Amino acid sequence: MIVPFEHVLLLAALHFLLGAAAVVARRNLIMLLLGVEVMFNAAALVLVAGSLRWMALDGQAFVLFAMGVAAAEVAVGLTLLVYVNRIATSATLATLAGPAAAGEAVDGLNPDTHSQLRH
Amino acid sequence: MSAYAIIFYLLGALSLGVTAMALCSRVLMHAALYMVVAFATLAALFLLLGAPLLAVFQVMVYAGAIMVLFLFVIMYLDRHGQGQGLPTNVWRWAGAGILALLALVGMVALTSMDASPPLELAQAAPRDFGALVMGRYWLAVEAVSLLLFAALAGAYLLGRPLAAQPPKEDRP
Repeated sequence: MIVPFEHVLLLAALHFLLGAAAVVARRNLIMLLLGVEVMFNAAALVLVAGSLRWMALDGQAFVLFAMGVAAAEVAVGLTLLVYVNRIATSATLATLAGPAAAGEAVDGLNPDTHSQLRH
Repeated sequence: MSAYAIIFYLLGALSLGVTAMALCSRVLMHAALYMVVAFATLAALFLLLGAPLLAVFQVMVYAGAIMVLFLFVIMYLDRHGQGQGLPTNVWRWAGAGILALLALVGMVALTSMDASPPLELAQAAPRDFGALVMGRYWLAVEAVSLLLFAALAGAYLLGRPLAAQPPKEDRP
């Protein structure tokens, strides 16, 4: 006897919200990737708990594949980050929008750079 | 409340706290090291919820390989202290917090908290798990291996020194 399934769901939801809040609020690209990892782990927790709840191993198999996808995502994401850092000065969201926006954001004058992501 | 429930709540609170510390940390290196602890506690949760093989993989892949990759990149990029000391935006944190609170209230409202009996204790035998993955999901295993190869090739292409690449057009 461990805990009801809903408590595990609630724990995973809290993890997911922490990750989502980090993705929304942090500007550093490394912290963005860490937030994505936290969200991956929340989903994995739900899958493992569901696997125990319905006594089927398929959920755990899916977690294994999600780990593979997450590893590939992190490798490519971090390589892109290194690439951005080579051609720009620092790895924040603002540098993706161009040097002018980066200067403004570092000075704290225009931190509202998420609208420029579509460039 | 059984001993397993107490262990679950302790581990859950620990992983939540460590994750919050990681994601709020101003210093990237501290964030990465907190995340290692968070992944380790999640591995313990996996073990408690009956997935011993996944717990081992969680430690090996996440706390081992992925976080080492993060640490390498942080040490490589942060030589001059870039990315630290940037002003944190209070309004964005407030927006994210309100968003998270609304979503949490919605989720709690949607799931009644004591609807189902407690989960039974069980462990998935690694032999059965491997037979399932290699039997029913062999195509997915092949797809993931292809994906990892594509990621390897892409990372190599992007990670070459800039001088080795063909000249590009002028950047603004």
